[in-house]
Amino acid sequence: MQAQPSAPDWPAAIHRQLKAWNVRQVAHVPDAGHARLLALCGADRSMRVVTLTTEEEGVALLAGTWLGGERGALLMQSSGVGNCVNMLSLPRTCRLPLLILATMRGEWGEFNPWQVPMGQAAKPALELAGVACFRAEAPAEVEPTVAAAARMAFEGPAACAVLLAQRLIGAKTFGK
Amino acid sequence: MSPKRADRYPLRRRAVVAALLKGRGDLLVVAGLGAAAWDCTAAGDRDLTFPLWGAMGGAAMIGLGLALAQPERRVLVVTGDGEMLMGLGSLATLAAQAPANLAVVVLDNERYGETGAQLTHTAGAADLAAIARGAGIRRCATVRDAAGFKRLNAGLFGKPGPSFAVVKVRAENLPLVLPPKDGTELRTRFRKALGL
Repeated sequence: MQAQPSAPDWPAAIHRQLKAWNVRQVAHVPDAGHARLLALCGADRSMRVVTLTTEEEGVALLAGTWLGGERGALLMQSSGVGNCVNMLSLPRTCRLPLLILATMRGEWGEFNPWQVPMGQAAKPALELAGVACFRAEAPAEVEPTVAAAARMAFEGPAACAVLLAQRLIGAKTFGK
Repeated sequence: MSPKRADRYPLRRRAVVAALLKGRGDLLVVAGLGAAAWDCTAAGDRDLTFPLWGAMGGAAMIGLGLALAQPERRVLVVTGDGEMLMGLGSLATLAAQAPANLAVVVLDNERYGETGAQLTHTAGAADLAAIARGAGIRRCATVRDAAGFKRLNAGLFGKPGPSFAVVKVRAENLPLVLPPKDGTELRTRFRKALGL
């Protein structure tokens, strides 16, 4: 789905919120839906982008980040949620802040059936692991949703995830 | 190559960790779950040690986050071979970030010590220092004796960072010396000691 011409530039809105919340470490396994946000963070000298080999590394990284007095965010696609499950015991047991921004696959118009199981399980899996989830379906919802999750994560502290709906990002195709 | 060779390794883990942490100054320590955490506690339970009771495979990454957030402090990750084997990908992530204030020391007894001393892959052909080198960490070493360890301990930190060391230690059952178990207590005391 193409965003409406008047629709907010939601990747820029997320970047603005990350800056407002003084996020200094942006850990990620890339997703096409996060490409623009990653480019914005990469060009921002106040942020360090940490590319991971698997998403659970980011959960551990951000525990150290906060122990050391900085804030971070973890970007992933929904399939990465499954890679985090045991490591999510770390923020839960130690009551650490965790802000996850997950782009959803396996829902709206998904063409790849291999994305569907984890896409459908991402939210319940996060909730079972003690992560509060907030969905954003439309461009205008993204900034207030990220702001609300960041407040809850950093002022709690708590583990929170923003699920960026596939309908928002646009269903991926391979040009077919 | 005997799978039981670690029963005869000369270096002893408690003495190794005591030497690593002696006169630790401003050092920040992350201790991987199991025996590595007990060893660090045996050397003295300190606010600026963050011992893990879980999060297996995450110790090196916690150290990385800490090292990036505290660039003026030295950060030492002390962990075991089983814990490190679960987070091998993190070695590539460490190499890519390359903080000079981070060192990872693996106490390699070639065993899963907390679960019945089952052999890890380092009892066979797996070479953690070679894996770390292949992941892009430039300062890697394996030490097996007192002289090698002494040299290692004198030069753990510096450029190009991070450094990664495997210390081959004797497989042995030692008395448990347990750190506090409450994660909120551990993280609160750590941050407080950092002035946060």
